[in-house]
Amino acid sequence: MTSTEHAPPTTSPAGNPIGFGRMLRKEDARFLRGQGHYLDDLVLPGMLHAAILRSPVAHARITSIDTTEAEAHPKVKAVITGATLESLNLAWMPTLSADVQAVLATDKVRFQGQEVAMVIAEDKYSARDALELIDVDYDVLPAVVDAHKALDPDAPVIRDDVEGRTDNHIFDWESGDAARTDEVFDKADVVVEQKMLYPRVHPAPMETCGSIASMDRVTGKLTVWSTTQAPHAHRTVYALVAGIPEHNIQIISPDIGGGFGNKVGIYPGYVLAVVGSIVTGKPVKWVEDRSENLMSTSFARDYHMHGGIAATRDGKILGLRVDVLADHGAFNGTAQPTKFPAGFFHIFTGSYDLEAAHCKVTGVYTNKAPGGVAYACSFRITEAVYLVERMVDVLADELGIDPAELRMKNLLRPEQFPYTSMTGWEYDSGDYPRALQLALEMAGYDELRREQREKRERGELMGIGVSFFTEGVGAGPRKHMDILGLGMADGCELRVHPTGKAQLRLSVQTQGQGHETTFAQIVSQELGLPPEDIDVIHGDTDNTPFGLGTYGSRSTPVSGAAAAVVAQRIRDKARVITAAALECSPDDLEWEQGRWFVKGDRTQGKTIQEVAMLSHGTLELPEGVEGHLDASVVYDPPNLTYPFGAYICVVDVDPGTGQVDVRRFVAVDDCGPRVNPMIVEGQVHGGLADGVGMALMQLIAFDEEGNCLGSSFMDYLLPTALECPKWETGETVTPSPHHPLGLKGIGESATVGSPAAVVNAVIDALEPFGVRHADMPLTPANVWMAMQGRPMRTDLAVR
Amino acid sequence: MQITITVNGAEVTRDVEPRLLLVHFIRDHLGLTGTHWGCDTSQCGTCVLWLDGQPVKSCTVLAAMADGHEVRTVEDLEVDGRLDPVQQGFMEEHGLQCGFCTPGMMMTTRWLLDHDPDPDEATIREAISGQLCRCTGYENIVRAVRWAAEHPAVDQPEQEVEA
Amino acid sequence: MQTPAPVDYARATSVEHALQLLEQLGPESRLIAGGHSLLPMMRLRLARPECVVDINDLTDLDYIRLEADELRIGALTRHSAVLGSPVVGEHYAILHDAESRIADPPVRNRGTVGGSFCQADPAEDLSAVGSALKATVVLRSSQGERTVPAREFHAGPYETVLGDAEMLTEVRIPIRPGAGSAYDKVKRRAGDWAIAAAGAYVVLRGGEVADCGIGLTAVGAPHFCAPEAEAYLVGKPPTEEHVAEAARLAAEACNPRADQRGPAEYKRHLAGELTRRVLLRSVDRAQGRA
Repeated sequence: MTSTEHAPPTTSPAGNPIGFGRMLRKEDARFLRGQGHYLDDLVLPGMLHAAILRSPVAHARITSIDTTEAEAHPKVKAVITGATLESLNLAWMPTLSADVQAVLATDKVRFQGQEVAMVIAEDKYSARDALELIDVDYDVLPAVVDAHKALDPDAPVIRDDVEGRTDNHIFDWESGDAARTDEVFDKADVVVEQKMLYPRVHPAPMETCGSIASMDRVTGKLTVWSTTQAPHAHRTVYALVAGIPEHNIQIISPDIGGGFGNKVGIYPGYVLAVVGSIVTGKPVKWVEDRSENLMSTSFARDYHMHGGIAATRDGKILGLRVDVLADHGAFNGTAQPTKFPAGFFHIFTGSYDLEAAHCKVTGVYTNKAPGGVAYACSFRITEAVYLVERMVDVLADELGIDPAELRMKNLLRPEQFPYTSMTGWEYDSGDYPRALQLALEMAGYDELRREQREKRERGELMGIGVSFFTEGVGAGPRKHMDILGLGMADGCELRVHPTGKAQLRLSVQTQGQGHETTFAQIVSQELGLPPEDIDVIHGDTDNTPFGLGTYGSRSTPVSGAAAAVVAQRIRDKARVITAAALECSPDDLEWEQGRWFVKGDRTQGKTIQEVAMLSHGTLELPEGVEGHLDASVVYDPPNLTYPFGAYICVVDVDPGTGQVDVRRFVAVDDCGPRVNPMIVEGQVHGGLADGVGMALMQLIAFDEEGNCLGSSFMDYLLPTALECPKWETGETVTPSPHHPLGLKGIGESATVGSPAAVVNAVIDALEPFGVRHADMPLTPANVWMAMQGRPMRTDLAVR
Repeated sequence: MQITITVNGAEVTRDVEPRLLLVHFIRDHLGLTGTHWGCDTSQCGTCVLWLDGQPVKSCTVLAAMADGHEVRTVEDLEVDGRLDPVQQGFMEEHGLQCGFCTPGMMMTTRWLLDHDPDPDEATIREAISGQLCRCTGYENIVRAVRWAAEHPAVDQPEQEVEA
Repeated sequence: MQTPAPVDYARATSVEHALQLLEQLGPESRLIAGGHSLLPMMRLRLARPECVVDINDLTDLDYIRLEADELRIGALTRHSAVLGSPVVGEHYAILHDAESRIADPPVRNRGTVGGSFCQADPAEDLSAVGSALKATVVLRSSQGERTVPAREFHAGPYETVLGDAEMLTEVRIPIRPGAGSAYDKVKRRAGDWAIAAAGAYVVLRGGEVADCGIGLTAVGAPHFCAPEAEAYLVGKPPTEEHVAEAARLAAEACNPRADQRGPAEYKRHLAGELTRRVLLRSVDRAQGRA
C-alpha cells in the first residue's frame, strides 16, 4: 500500500467535511426514526414504578404519616417515608452548595411540592393511585414567600433542622473594591440607580427528569440510568450519599430530551429510586411528571438587584455597583464552584471599560423549591449581563444618548485584551466594537431609528433593544473551580483501531448539542480521519473517563480541548511510528491532513490509517514507544473562554393591549472558530427563544401562602413558533488564545445575552410613556400597567 | 376491556384498563417509544400522532376511544429503508437537537404537507404552534418543513449520514 | 405523566343510546367527545367521573349546515371543521376569528363545539361567540328536545342548565343578512386561554346600527354578554364616539378577577378596548370594508 500523492481530501467518502465545517448530525439517524432511547423508553425485566407524594403546602410541620392503606393496595410493593430513610441514615443528602436537603421530609415540609413519601408499585397508574391512600397530617406554618421579608426579625425560621439557626440568612458575599467604587460614584457627573428583578424561571426541558435504579443484590453493583448532564459527578455523589463503594456504581445517561441545567443536580427522586431498588430487590423507575418538574427541580435566577451606574455627562461609564438579594429557596442547592456562592455573578461589569465596580450578594432561604443555578446561565452570568445591560440602557435614557452609541463608546477595545476586569476575571480575547458594528449594520439600525421616529409621531409603539454580552465559559481551572470539591478538569480517551477507525471516550454528556458529531469533527480536524470513522462514546461511567459533565457551556472549551489534545498525542505518536516504518527521523516528517510524509518527497509517507495498522502490527518500534494507537489525557483549562456577542431586538407594542410582538432579532456571536457552523447556529437559535420566553412570559411566581403559580404548562408559558421571529444571525471570529483549537463555548451565549435585548426593546417602545424599567416577564398586563406608571411586581401573585 | 386499533397499518388487540391513555398504550403496550410525552395538560405536543389521519395529542385520548380507529406514529414515516422527505428535511436543516419534540413535529409536518404542499412560513409556524421545542427556537424546524416541501419526491436518494 | 383515576368506559352508538347510558349510569357519568377539557382534569384528578360515555361515534352530530335561516352546527363538530368551513366564514367571520385563536391546531382537530359550550369555562371563547350572536343551543333528553338561548345556558363557572341525563346536540345561530362580525382576544401566548376576549356582530340599516350583539369572555361578564352596551348602540350611527361609549358600558358591566393573566383593572380595560375593536371591525365588515 502506498500513500496518496494527491492533496489530502477535504471531504470524506460519506461526503462529510474532514475536520471543521457544516456536517449533518450523526445522532439524527435514530431520533428521526423514533429510535432514540430516552429514560422513560427503557424497560428492564421485573421493573417496578415509583411515584412521589409531595407536600401540598409550603411550610408545615408533619404531625403524622399513615401509609397503612397504601401498603395494602394489591399492586404496591413498598412505601418509603422519611422515617424509613432516617433508619437508613438517608433522610438528608448533600446539595451542590454543601448544604443539606431532605430526601423525604421528616420534621417539616419547607416548600410546596417537597417530597414526603414514595410508593413503589407494579405499574405507574397503581403507584399514582396509592399516593391518594397515604394520609399525612400537616400543622401549617406561616410561609416566607417575599425574599425581601426573609430577614425580618419576626420571619419564621425555615431551616430549624440546623441547630442554633435563628434566621433565614445563608451568606453575604462581595467582590470588587467598595471604597474605590464609592469614590468614582462621588466624583461622577451622573449617577443612576435602578432596582430590577430577574425572576424565578425554570429550564423545563421537554423531557422531565427521571431515573431507573437497579441494585444487584448478589454482586452489590448499583446501575442507575438517569437523566443526568453529569454522570461522573453523580456517581461520586451517590457513593458519598448511599455509602456504596464507587467502583460498584455505574451511571448511564441515555439520550436526554434537553437539559439546560435542569439535569445537573441530584434530586430526591433519584436517591429514592436507589433506595426503592435496594428495598425491593427490583429495578425501580421514577419519572417525574411536568408539575413535579416545575415545582421541585432546579429553578433558576430569582435575583433581586439594586444597581447603580456612574458616568460622565458625555457618556463615559465610570463605575458600576449592585446589591443583590438572592432567593435560594428552602435548601441552598445551587450548583457552583465552592469559592463562589453567587456563581460568576461578579463578572457583572460586562463588556465595558470602567474604573471601579463592587457587588454584594446576600443569599436567603424562602419557602420555595431549592436550586438556583440552572437554565443555561453560565453560573449566573445571565443575571450579571441582564443587570449591566439594563443599567446601560437606564443610563442612556438619563443622558439622552442612543444606547448603541453609548455602548460603542464604552466597550473594551481590542488592544486591551487579555483584559483583567475590576473583579478579577481575565477575558482572553475579543473584538467587541467589530461585533457591535456588524449587528448594527445587519439590523439597519439607523433606518430602524428613523422608522421608530415616524411611528411615534403616529402614536405607534416600536422599540429597538440592544444588548452586548461577555460570557465566561468552560469551567474551569482546577485550582479555582470545583463542584463539591471535585475539580473541573475533564478526561478523554482516544483509541484508533488497527483499521483506522476510532473511538473517542468523553466524560461530558450531550442533551441535544450534537456531541457525537462535533467531537468526531474535532478529532477529524486533528487526525484527518473521516468523522464518520470516529465513534463518540459518552454517558456511561463504566466506559468513559472521569469529568464533570455538560453545563456552563463547558463541553467544547474543556472536553473539546481534551479531545484536541488527545488527538494531537496520537498524531505525535503516529509521527514516531511513521519514522520507524520509513526508517527516517521524526524530524524529517511533515504533517498534512491525515498523514505524515517526508519533507520534500510527498510520495513517501503514511496515513493515519496505515499507522494504525502498523502500530498494532509487528513493526519494530523505537525504544520507549508502546504499540497500539491509543492515548488519554486529563485537560485542566488554564482559564475560562470568553465568547461574546451583540444582539438587537425590534418589537412592536400594541398601545391598547400591551401585547408585544418581537418583529426582528439580530444576533452576532463570536465563539471563536466554529467546529460545525450548523450546530453552533442551532445553539444560538435555541438560546434566543429562551430570551424571548424569559423576557415575555416564563415565570415561576408564588402566592402569599407559598403556592407555586407556575406549576404546569398551562401557567408556565414557553414560547411557541408564533412568538419567535425569524432569527438573523451573524458571526465574528476571535479565537481563544489558550484553547488548543481557539474554540469558545456557545451553548448559553444566546440565553445569557438575549433577555436584556428584548426587555430593552420593550422599554424603548414605551419611551413615550416615560417608562424606564419594568421587570420580566413583560406580559401584556405588565406592559400595560407600566404604561399606566405602575409596573407590576412579578414574583408575587397578581393582585 | 379489549380494544383493537390499527397502528401503522397493522391491527393490534390488547386488554387494557379503560383509563389507559393512548400515549401509554402506544409506548408501554406496543413498545413504540418514538411518541413521547412531556406534560400533564395537553400543552407540549410531544405526544402528537395521527388518529384517523389527523394530528392529535395522544395524551388526551383514552386508548379505549381509539378502539376501532387508525393510529399512525413516527415509526411509520420511513418506508422500505427510505426516510420520508420530512425526516430528511429535519436532518438537512438541523430541525432537531435533543430529538424529543421531533416525532410530534414531523407528524404534524407530514400532515401539513399532505394538505398544503407549499406552505409559507406563517402557515408553518401556525401549524406547529401547539407543539413546544426548547432547543431549536423553531427557525430550523420551519426551514426543515420548507426543505421537505421543496423535495416532495417519494424516491429521494437517501443521503443518510452513517452513524 | 399524571394519569386518570380508575374510570369505566362506555361507547354510545346514537344520541338515544348516549342518553340511555347517562340515565343508567347516573350523575357521576360524563359524556366525552374531544376530551380536551375533561381528560386533563381527569389526569390531574380534579375530575373523577365513575364512567365516561364516548360520543365520538355519533357522527350524525358532526355537521355545519344552513337550515331555516340559521347556521346549525352539530355538537360533535370539531373546532378545525368550523375553522375550515367556507359557509361559516361567509356568514360569521367572528367564528373564524375565534376558532383560529382557540387552543392550537392538534387540539382543534379533536375538541368539539359542544364540548366547549358544555365545559362552561369562564374563559371559553365559544361561550362569548354564542352570547354575542344570540345563538340557541338544542338540548336533548329522554323527555325530548328543548332549546335554550346561549345567554341562558351557562349557570356560572363550569356550570350549565343541562340536566343530569341531557346532552347538547346543536348550536343554532340566526343568519342576519348583511351583518358584520368579529372576535378579538388578548392572551399571554398562542394557545393560552384569554386574558380577555370580545366578539360582536353589527347589522346596519340606513347608516344606523339596526341590531348588534356583544359577547365577552374571561372578564366576568354575566352570561358572557353586554346587553346595556348593545341597547345603547342600537339606533345610533356607528361612529367612533358611539362605539367607544358602548365599549365603556360593556367594560363597566364586567366583573373581572385578578389572576396571573393580569389585574382586574387591566382586564376591565381590555373588555372595553376589545369591545371597541370588534365593534369597529364588525362595522367595517358590514360595510364590506374588511
